[in-house]
Parts: sequence; C-alpha cells; structure tokens
Amino acid sequence: MAIIEAKNLWKEYGNNVVLEQVNARVEEGEFITVVGTSGCGKTTFLKMLLGIEQLTRGELLLDGKKFPDEPGEDRGIVFQKYSVFPHLTVLENTMLAAEFEQAPLLGKLFGSKKKMAESDAIEILHSVGLNHALEHYPHELSGGMQQRLAIAQALMKKPRILLLDEPFGALDPGIRADMHVLIKTLWKKSGITIFMITHDLEEGFYLGTRLWVFDKIRLDAQNANAYGACITYDIPVGKTDASTFDDIDNSLDMSRKVLLD
Amino acid sequence: MKRLINQYPDRTLKAMLGTLPFIIIFIVYIMASNARLEENSRDKLLPSISSMTTAVDKLAMQPSKRSGEYLFWVDTSSSLTRLGLGIGISALIGLIFGIVSGAIPYVRANLSPFMTAISLIPPLAVLPILFIVFGLGELSKVVLIAIGITPFIIRDMQSKVMELPAEQIIKAQTLGASTWLIIIRVVLPQVLPRLIGALRLSLGAAWLFLIAAEAIASTDGLGYRIFLVRRYLAMDIILPYVVWITFLSFLIDYILKTLSERLFPWFHAEDK
Repeated sequence: MAIIEAKNLWKEYGNNVVLEQVNARVEEGEFITVVGTSGCGKTTFLKMLLGIEQLTRGELLLDGKKFPDEPGEDRGIVFQKYSVFPHLTVLENTMLAAEFEQAPLLGKLFGSKKKMAESDAIEILHSVGLNHALEHYPHELSGGMQQRLAIAQALMKKPRILLLDEPFGALDPGIRADMHVLIKTLWKKSGITIFMITHDLEEGFYLGTRLWVFDKIRLDAQNANAYGACITYDIPVGKTDASTFDDIDNSLDMSRKVLLD
Repeated sequence: MKRLINQYPDRTLKAMLGTLPFIIIFIVYIMASNARLEENSRDKLLPSISSMTTAVDKLAMQPSKRSGEYLFWVDTSSSLTRLGLGIGISALIGLIFGIVSGAIPYVRANLSPFMTAISLIPPLAVLPILFIVFGLGELSKVVLIAIGITPFIIRDMQSKVMELPAEQIIKAQTLGASTWLIIIRVVLPQVLPRLIGALRLSLGAAWLFLIAAEAIASTDGLGYRIFLVRRYLAMDIILPYVVWITFLSFLIDYILKTLSERLFPWFHAEDK
C-alpha cells in the first residue's frame, strides 16, 4: 500500500487557487525532491503533509487513512532555519525526542534512562558528524552544522517520513554538496521516506529517487492566482537526461516570468 | 579627517566622557550651595555636603532616640522588602498567565481583551480601594506594585511567547511533545531571560508605586521618610535619600542584567 496518496487534491484561499488536481502515490522508502517556482504551492503541499494546512477539496491519505490535521511524531521536519532550539546544547537538542517520549510529566530524564538517551543521541550525532560539538549551543555552530543538528534531532524520533523544507537553501555550495552526501547516506541506512523541497533544479535532478515539478499548466497573465499548480513532471531520477532538464528549466522560467510580470 | 559618526573614543576617554556630566552637576551644586549659604547660613534649600553627611550619619549610624532603630537601614529594608515582594509576585503571575495565554489560543481569546482593559486602569486611582480592602498595612503596598506592573508583564510575556518562531513549536510537535511539554521545555526556558528584561523595564514603575503608597500611609520606608521630612524642608535628608534610591535601582538593574547573562548565555549571544 502507498504510504501517501493524493487524489484530485485542491487547495484554495478564497478565490486564489494554490493547488489543483494533484494526484500522486508515494511508496514507503522513496526519496522525492520537489522543485517549482516560488508561489507554486510546493510549500503549501509540504504544510499539508506536516498537518498545519488542510486541503479544500479531494483527498490526502496517510496509509490509506485521512491525513492527521496537526503535526505528529511519524513526520519529522527540517526547516531552512529555526529548526533547532537555541536554549539547548547540541546533545540536549538531540535528546529531546527521547525525553518527550519517556518523561511526559517533566520532559527531563535522570539516571540510567538519561545515560541511555545520551548514548543514543551521541550515536546519531556521530552519524551526522557532530559528535565533537556536544556541549555547544546552536549559535556557536555554522549554518551547515545547525542543519546537521536539525537532521539528527529529527532522526532521533525515528519518523516514517522526513520532510525537508529547502534545508540547504541558505548554505554555501561546497557545504551543500557535503550535506547531499550526508542526507543520501542517512536515507539509505534508515530507509525512511523523504520529501525534500528545493528551488535548485540540479539538486532535484540527482539527489532522490523521484523528481516532482510543481507548476501551473494554465496561466492567466492578468490574474496569476486564478489557476492552481499541479505536478507537471513526475520522473524517476536516473532516467533523466539533459533535454528533460532543459524542458523543465524552460517551463519553470516561463511561469516565473508570467507570474512575476 | 574621518566623519564624526565614524570616530570612536578609546576606553579611558570613554570613561572620562561618561563621568563628566556627574562631575559637572556635582560642582554646579557645590557652587550654588556655597553661594546660597554665604548669603544665609540657615538656608535649607541647597544644604552643604557636610550637613548632608551629618544628617545621613545621624540616621544610618546612630540609633533613633525614640525607637532605638537605625532609621536609614530600617527604611531601606522595609522598602526593598515591599519592592521585592511586589516584583516577585508580579513576575510569577506574569510568567504563568503570559505563557498560558501566549501558547493556548483559547486562553488568549478569553484573557487578552480583559488584560488590555485591566492594564488601562491607572493603578494610583485604585489605591484608595486597596487601602479600604487590604487596610493600611504591608499588603496594600505590595498589591499596588503588583497591580501596577503585572498587566504589563503578562502582555509582554504573551507577546514574547507568540514571537517564538512557529518552526520551533512545529518541530517540537513532530518530536512527540504534548502541549504541556512544549510549554515547560520549549517556551518556559526561552521566555525566562525575556521575563528578566520585562522586570528591568518595570523597575521604575515599581518604585513609583512603592513611594506613592509609602507617602500616603506608612510608618517606615524610603518614600515615607522623604515625605515625612518634607514638612521641615529637610533637604539634607531628602537629597541623600533620592541618591540612595537611584543607586538601589541601578544596583537591582545591574544584578538582574548580570544574572540574565550568567544564566542564559545563549540568549545574549543571539543579541550580538
């Protein structure tokens, strides 16, 4: 069974149509990269997967059941920023998931339970290359390190789905490449389903197993919000070639121009 | 020659420039005082430094002939106790209500308009009511401070909670946190340094209400003493008391600031 399924999904704010006729099936363990112009509903779609936005028409299913209408522990998230807690050290940030689960009253672990959570957290931090900075606060870390921490923090909860909202958008190209390697390794090891939003088409072209392009098929130059976006390309990564890349790039350019003018 | 806006004094010069106004006001005072005292040695308006020292020495270092107490210190400790209680109670109420109404939309819908209305009541206008209800004792003075500054602290805390990035609250939910856990592990520790900031801002108002209450009905306290000796035009007591109150305010503010920097290094690093 598909882990996520969208059937003729629409999202409207009053007269503004953001998404229309979105149909998709996602199997467990896929790594989907989502690209699209800004304002093309890819973030709205991610918010629906998170549970902080609700659809207006159609169906969105998680394991064949109606999608939950608030964030939950089966869906982890890494935002572009503000994903980690500034008042906690690297280790404390990572341990948080264990503390929430095992200490519903105080939210703090003590004794042997604390030791266990610490060693679990250190193991995950090791896998993202942060084991040398356990006692540092987030403000003492670089942007790339903060994103590594945010990923470690989310993985600690062992979510079934990991949502990444332009996680590397604010990073330098070199560091971004490191992060690509990291996320790919972690995905292969854990086998979780990943959705990653990016505005970088190249990133989407080799990172995951599947590339989605959100775009508007119908465009009204006088009223940009009259029609919504849907998934215009849904292609397995690996079978893509330069001409497909150019096709997508051109079509995105077109709608960018129409939308912005 | 660099533009004036790009020129910075070095450390010694900065310290000298900073103390200069204090020195000038001191010298101007001495000169004016001397001039007046030369004309009339019984002048009370601008007492000499020596007569002020004598007056303070009498109040602070010698027991009062009537009660055997060291009035200056009794005044100081009563005032600081009232101030501390008032601010402490306000901080606790402000923190709890601010967090709950900032974090929970239902509570906010319920409390926010009410708090706005309460905060618009001039506290001194309800002072007579406090005296009638709570009597003339300590309670009414503490309550006046609390009524005066709590609404501000609640509203400030509420807005600080709402300013926390939504991303953090969403992230905590995806890590399995309940509303309660989000409040005690994500919201509370992050608004504590902001609470100290709010207390520092309300310190001036707290002193105002304290001195007002002491002036009207009290038997000791810094505000009481000033208003008592006003009848005798005892500027030699009033002026040192005002300086002392200012110094205490400065000290409390400094302690709060240092405490915040020590306890919440991550918060002050963000400022920079």
